Amino acid sequence: MIEFSDLEEILVLIQKQYGYDFSGYSRASLLRRINRFMEISDIGTIVHLKNQLVNDPDKFNGFINEIVVNISEFFRDPDFFKSLLNNVFPYLESYPKINIWTAGCSFGEETYSLAILLKEMGLMQKSRIYATDISAKALEKAKKGIFPNNNFKEYSNNYFSCGAKESFNQYFVSDGQKSIINSELKKDILFSRHNLVTDGVFKECQLILCRNVLIYFDEELQNKVLQLFYDSLPVYGFLALGNKETLRFSAVHDKFKIIDKKEKIYQKIK
Amino acid sequence: MIIIGGSGGSFDLILSILQGLDKEMNMPIVIILHRLKNTKAILEDFLQLHTHYTVKEAEDKEFLKTGYIYTAPSDYHLLLEENFRFSLDTSEEVNFSRPSIDVSFESFSRVLKENCCGIILSGANQDGAIGLQVIGKNGGETIVQDPKEAEFTAMPEAAIAKYKNHSVCALNNIIKKLNYYAK
Ligand SMILES: C[S@@+](CC[C@H](N)C(=O)[O-])C[C@H]1O[C@@H](n2cnc3c(N)ncnc32)[C@H](O)[C@@H]1O
Repeated sequence: MIEFSDLEEILVLIQKQYGYDFSGYSRASLLRRINRFMEISDIGTIVHLKNQLVNDPDKFNGFINEIVVNISEFFRDPDFFKSLLNNVFPYLESYPKINIWTAGCSFGEETYSLAILLKEMGLMQKSRIYATDISAKALEKAKKGIFPNNNFKEYSNNYFSCGAKESFNQYFVSDGQKSIINSELKKDILFSRHNLVTDGVFKECQLILCRNVLIYFDEELQNKVLQLFYDSLPVYGFLALGNKETLRFSAVHDKFKIIDKKEKIYQKIK
Repeated sequence: MIIIGGSGGSFDLILSILQGLDKEMNMPIVIILHRLKNTKAILEDFLQLHTHYTVKEAEDKEFLKTGYIYTAPSDYHLLLEENFRFSLDTSEEVNFSRPSIDVSFESFSRVLKENCCGIILSGANQDGAIGLQVIGKNGGETIVQDPKEAEFTAMPEAAIAKYKNHSVCALNNIIKKLNYYAK
């Protein structure tokens, strides 16, 4: 077990050795994740942990994958996707070409959910989705698009709750244990590494989804990342945050209009 | 501050506790109650009817303040930062629960040490037993609802089995203890 006081030297170590900057992350969450990593990897002391991180890049990769939280689901918060369909898609239709960025895409559940809706609304042909994450392992899994079947009942319920009318399972081929997403849905998605802390704007996007990522950052880093999103959006572009995340306290707050207060959908107005 | 963990059969107990608190009391209270996902937030409205505190759902990076009762939002774990701000977290369920009482108790105790009173009420699972032990070991006050009185006994029993030094109390004594603790 490590404590708050041990955290800073670990953060300095990984910044020096691997260039990852976690200094703006929530300490309470980091502490939990690192202690969890130590427990499952059978590392008892901070000295042992530092040794492993310094001497074993593979261990370090495992460490990164464990301390970021990759939990996600298809159509998480169905009301959010419903609002997206009703309030944002009509705008997107008017663009000849639509660029969408899903930042912190985890294993791809959210990105593929969006792709399904775009397809059903006939918008997929003119869309390109850029799905990014800090975790190489998450991206690798996302690209494969293979998901265990045990949660499909819930996913299917979510799918219908957001107002979609076809069938969730039609987008997968299943072997009874796991399901693989149809390649047709994958072809307009580009999965790539992007670290919100250190990497900049890479493309102008009409819609940015970044949900349940900012909660892992402190206020200062949240602000910095929101500025990055602001810079990546054209005027009238949309930004969607997680259910418990908000623009309210940020410096770019008055440059956005609230489209859906509860579902945290905003539009850049200046 | 006071942190209460409850599950099945706890809702009415929490109402009774809030009603029984001295009207001048303003020590912050955090409530971790297992609740269903994607349900409307009526819990806060309901609690508000029964207390002089202001009741609200804890928001990410919000400061913990006196005079407030905070609830953990459903489907998120609630953590406390060293600077007394809340953080929300969507990591895996613990004890099949998110929010998990264990997760919050451990996180709050890590920051507050002896300045924290943890309470475990009725519930049909084992969540909170480890967390309450952590609070106890860190020098905080720990109270468990007497299983004889609880609607579901598993949760209080698990807490007692894990650590011997908790005060095991009936509801009216829990209220007395809290009024005394807050002085
Ligand atoms: C809890 S998941 C959210 C998944 C999905 N957006 C959702 O709401 O269900 C958080 C994701 O953010 C990613 N993440 C954390 N820090 C990041 C950073 N600095 N840059 C990019 N992605 C990051 C994690 O790897 C993880 O996949």
